[in-house]
Amino acid sequence: MTQPVLKVNQVRKSYGSEVVLEDISFSVPVHTATVFIGSSGSGKSTLLRCINLLDQIDDGSIELDGEDITAVDADVDKVRRKLGIVFQSFNLFPHMRVIDNITLAPMKVQGISKEDARENANKLLDRFGLHDKAEDYPDRLSGGQQQRVAIIRSIAVAPRLLLLDEITSALDPVLVNEVLSTVRDLKIEGMTMVLATHEMGFAKQVADEVCFLHRGKILEWGTPTQILEAPQQPETKEFLKRVHEAGRL
Amino acid sequence: MSNELGRQSESDSGAAPYNFGGEWKPSQLEIDRRAARKARNRRNAAIAILSSIVVIGGLALVAVTSPGWKSLSDTFFAWAYGVEVLPKIILGFGTNVSLTLIASTCVGIFGLSIALIRTSRSPALAPFRILATVYVDVFRGIPMLLVLLLVGFGIPALRIKGLTNNVLILGTLAVVITYTAYVAEVIRSGILTIHPSQRAAARSLGLSHFQSLRYVVLPQAFRRVTPPLLNDLVALIKDTGLVSILGVTDAVRAAQIASSRSFNYTPYVMAAIIFLLVTIPLTRFTDRTLRRSIERQNATGVA
Repeated sequence: MTQPVLKVNQVRKSYGSEVVLEDISFSVPVHTATVFIGSSGSGKSTLLRCINLLDQIDDGSIELDGEDITAVDADVDKVRRKLGIVFQSFNLFPHMRVIDNITLAPMKVQGISKEDARENANKLLDRFGLHDKAEDYPDRLSGGQQQRVAIIRSIAVAPRLLLLDEITSALDPVLVNEVLSTVRDLKIEGMTMVLATHEMGFAKQVADEVCFLHRGKILEWGTPTQILEAPQQPETKEFLKRVHEAGRL
Repeated sequence: MSNELGRQSESDSGAAPYNFGGEWKPSQLEIDRRAARKARNRRNAAIAILSSIVVIGGLALVAVTSPGWKSLSDTFFAWAYGVEVLPKIILGFGTNVSLTLIASTCVGIFGLSIALIRTSRSPALAPFRILATVYVDVFRGIPMLLVLLLVGFGIPALRIKGLTNNVLILGTLAVVITYTAYVAEVIRSGILTIHPSQRAAARSLGLSHFQSLRYVVLPQAFRRVTPPLLNDLVALIKDTGLVSILGVTDAVRAAQIASSRSFNYTPYVMAAIIFLLVTIPLTRFTDRTLRRSIERQNATGVA
């Protein structure tokens, strides 16, 4: 059996006296997508930030390709080169053109020549239907386009694992679909992913495993069909009922 | 007034996109509205002109009809004498200009360094952070005149071999010491206004701390603090006049020498005019830069 890309072992995280994550364990095999669902404040974003080492965990460990990235002597910059993260609020660099947003990390971190980086970026923009936006500044783009650029920016460095943190929450419903179809394409191409989302229909399509996070704990996990259609825990049922009422299923 | 007119023409052109193929004509409602706006603008302009004439004319009248006006204009506005000493004052102003160029360059470099030290979190820099904080606190709180006197008379009094007695260098040093403290704070505040998510995005792409600063944080921070930095530049140009107390022959000192010979203060007025010829255009430029940066920020949603 091949080793999983990501292995999270009994992770705990608290802010002061408030426990945000408790005893979180799961693993993500290569080419699969693990989707975290749960209400706001359940710890989804914190979990992704911890995996990306933007937040420090309080206990447990996280392994990337079998290497403990939470070890004291782990090289944070090197770890992050293998991880891509896309944020809810896009976080594009507003002072740079779209193309420069995408080529910055390949050029400065990986040392790829400007010509090669631009060629690769243009290829990616082309593939996701954004080739005519290369020379625009991010503020000229719609939210959906900005988020797609953010996704392209994070995959331009060919990460081992892509973290997507509620990437459609800041978008209006019409724009959500163009972003989700981008993610579906990535999944088909075999990108390994961890997602936090409120889009249950989307979760069902891309997830290999769905985990329901409730007050910092994984209450229930399994295939999308198991969790979304036949949940066992009362909290999961309650959550899905509320999502359904909100019209998001 | 020009603003009012500008808005008027804007509202005219603003309607243009709807005028497809010339089919659209403004409705009576809109025509009436435009006429009413025009009338209001004309009334506002008339009021502005009238009140300016009353206020400024009144003040001028009070000054000119005052009993001392004759002797005052003889002492301060003896233009023929002013033109006579003008070359010397301009020559002196050259010192102010070169001092400004050298000082602002140094201030930029040191100010940025101190801002970076104060915003860093590296444990190795802890002592420098403390020193930088103390430095800024001290030199932002002392009048520049005192710094000039302390540096200008204090350093030569040490009588250390190799240390300069050149008043121009010492004066420049005092200006740099004072303004670096101001500018460091302006740059630091600019760095702090950049949302942490920008740095998080940069770091998550694998950029190092330094690369994040260099390519993501600083370019955005400098864009935001350009107006206040230009403001400090205007203030610095004026304050170079203070080095005259050390005996540096700048525009102020040249004017002082000229006026002490003739007991006429017109040279001071000439020096003031020369300073204004540089600072007013720079201030206008600053205003325009500030307006543009506000427009840019309003035009774009902060992500």
